[in-house]
Amino acid sequence: MRFSRRSLLVSGLGIAAAAAATPRFAYAAAGTTRRLVFIIQRGAADGLATLAPTGDPAFASARKALADETADGAKLDAMFTLHPALANTATLYGAKQAHFAHAVATAYRDRSHFDGQNMLEGGGARPYGREDGWVGRMLTLLPDAEREALAIAAAVPLALRGRFPVGTYAPSRLPQADADLIARLSALYADDPLLHPLWDSAVKTQELAGDIGGNNGRNGADLGKLAASLMQPADGARVMMVETGGWDTHSGQRGRLAAQLRGLDQLVAALQTGLGTAWNDTLVIVATEFGRTVEVNGTGGTDHGTASSAMFLGGALAHGGTVVADWPGLAPASRYEGRDLRPTRNLESVIAEAVAHHYALDPKRVMTTLYPDA
Amino acid sequence: MAVQYLAANRFGLGRRYDDPAIGDPRDWLTRQLAQFDPAPAPIAALAGREAVAAAYVDYFADRRAMREAEARAPTPEGADPEVERLSRSDIRRHYVDAASARLTAAVASPTPFAERLVHFWSNHFAVSADKLPVIGFAGNYEFEAIRPNIMGKFADLLIAAVRHPAMLLYLDQAQSFGPDSALATRMRGRGRRQAPGLNENLAREILELHTLGVRSGYTQADVTSFAKALTGVTVSGLGRGAGQRLMPADARPGETVFIAPLHQPGSQTILGKSYPDTGARQAEAVLRDLAVHPATATHIATKIARHFTGDTPPQSLVDRLAEDFRRSGGDLRSLYRTLVASPEPWAADTAMFKSPWDWSVSVMRALKLPALGERQNVAAMFNQLGQPLWRPGSPAGYADLVATWAGSAALMQRVELASRIAGRIGDRVDARRLAPLILADALTTETETAIARADSPGQGMAMLFASPAFLRR
Repeated sequence: MRFSRRSLLVSGLGIAAAAAATPRFAYAAAGTTRRLVFIIQRGAADGLATLAPTGDPAFASARKALADETADGAKLDAMFTLHPALANTATLYGAKQAHFAHAVATAYRDRSHFDGQNMLEGGGARPYGREDGWVGRMLTLLPDAEREALAIAAAVPLALRGRFPVGTYAPSRLPQADADLIARLSALYADDPLLHPLWDSAVKTQELAGDIGGNNGRNGADLGKLAASLMQPADGARVMMVETGGWDTHSGQRGRLAAQLRGLDQLVAALQTGLGTAWNDTLVIVATEFGRTVEVNGTGGTDHGTASSAMFLGGALAHGGTVVADWPGLAPASRYEGRDLRPTRNLESVIAEAVAHHYALDPKRVMTTLYPDA
Repeated sequence: MAVQYLAANRFGLGRRYDDPAIGDPRDWLTRQLAQFDPAPAPIAALAGREAVAAAYVDYFADRRAMREAEARAPTPEGADPEVERLSRSDIRRHYVDAASARLTAAVASPTPFAERLVHFWSNHFAVSADKLPVIGFAGNYEFEAIRPNIMGKFADLLIAAVRHPAMLLYLDQAQSFGPDSALATRMRGRGRRQAPGLNENLAREILELHTLGVRSGYTQADVTSFAKALTGVTVSGLGRGAGQRLMPADARPGETVFIAPLHQPGSQTILGKSYPDTGARQAEAVLRDLAVHPATATHIATKIARHFTGDTPPQSLVDRLAEDFRRSGGDLRSLYRTLVASPEPWAADTAMFKSPWDWSVSVMRALKLPALGERQNVAAMFNQLGQPLWRPGSPAGYADLVATWAGSAALMQRVELASRIAGRIGDRVDARRLAPLILADALTTETETAIARADSPGQGMAMLFASPAFLRR
């Protein structure tokens, strides 16, 4: 269809061919101060709300009430409108410091969060196919000075596992029981005569300082500030993973997702501010395990889907200020299994391409290292 | 009936991740009665009673020296709190080490039913570490007085508990002397106004809490007579006052000793029976009679029945257990067998809420990976969860009721801890696979679906540990 943006795609193969003859791609040049942040959105973030294809004629009817919320968002081009909660991200886009890929998915085609996240992080060809992760393998391509990796988490997430040791940092007041877990337990305890009243009263007295969306986005800002403080110093981390949860919006998506995205927006803003000039050599990748259904469900939410969007942010992007998508269309016949946004591009190769550009590495080598089973 | 779940959780301490399937649940439980190891490796490795006593001896010596120095040259601030703290820290270390060993043993135990019985009896014969002399001895008390005796006769368990320094010091027996004992008489003769006297604390609690039960018909006269019969039993090297000079020369600090000059002479009448003065044997004879008293049978039967059914145990079960206790003369193994063979604990319409201890142990048993950091202070964790180990604050122990542990803040704390543990483990454990193993035949569709729909492996694990069936037993 005419929305195809294939022309914008930078063919990985083309660069690989060019790079094969260029030995300087073998290792990133020493002495640089490049940084990479991988923000994982656990729970399947809705790419169709984050980066709404308002130019698709099927969008408004499929999304019904949820479509309205994009009205105040930044129109990035004829096709896509950014969610209004992503105000800072829109500014970055204008400054060519944000780039989006849409209708992307990993090789995973089922709808389990566990398996999907395992594939997104491990980068294998099947769930639980790998013991190490793509970021962990990426470290093997980097010079010592850029290999210092850290996760803001209690344990090393799969994405960072691999040959090199990775630190973890968990502030003592790390959000423990996030709002989403609390909501799920409320549902699980609903019919329990003992637990229901206990939990109700516990939740009422609980300060919800948990998820990034809480506290009007300030929790996200705090997390971003923390991440920056761990990456900014000369001996700080150069590769960082930040975990975010609460994206599984099966019900009441409108308010919840806006809060989540506001938190994410402030997280990135705080990261940018905290890194100062280092932002110019930083790549931030934001990705989720899969997307959500095209249609709104009966509870004002969306269910597990397939393709979603991914964000690339930073001061040195190859294609800042662009949205890249081979748009499949949202009409029922165009959807994956009649319900989901059809994936038209591998998230794996999109990530590998961005990493290769960021570190000036041979894209082919990056692809085979990050995704050896692809 | 969720027999697999009940065997593993109501009777046991939660399924271990590597436990083989429970074939015949009743057989699995009764076999544990023979297989129980009173001194598994983590406990056997601990410093013994003498080392604990030595820490107290040092502490008392330091404190005495400080007070003497203070008396000679008073400082504006008084005794140096730092010296006081360091001196206490050795005692504290025994407590912390014991707490850790208790948890390690419980998590690893292949006989979790027997292990639960240890915890039950330790709480029945509660000492509380808010009293300084108990802090260091509390673990040793459970390991040396309770553990070796839970498979024998109730009388032997009772006597071992009552004679341990932790109990003697906790309930003031170490300072209780016969009003007409040789020592008291001698001191009065010397015109000392404050002659050592009787302390009824231990005698009363044995009658009220350990054996007959409150309002079971004993009188104040019985308490006083029993207290008199108990005089002479004290702890060497640690007690205060006049008695210490009378300790046998070969007695080591921390040893339970009988000092005849402290004992109240004469026969004592307790519950209508006269006990001739046989010295140390006098109190033992009383204890042996109390241990097989019909009121004791009912009291113990009720507590056991409650622990394995719910707040209001079925009368049929209480009666059956009491009858077994009376018939066998307090044979505990027979009591446990009757419990396991009874239908009431296997009924699904009642449930207990796991204590913080039960819940934490069951979480750790479920996980192959360590749930806690290597440097996690176990004792501090249970303080935080509201169930400090060996510190119920009263000789009655922790109440064994749903309402004791099912509070809203406590529930949120559990969810937060579950979330923290799940965060540590991340995707290295798949809660979807773990749930059917751990909750077995009590896994509901709701819980299974909730875990499967979790937005991450960690959240799934937190949901498993916070699920209604996992919170209960």
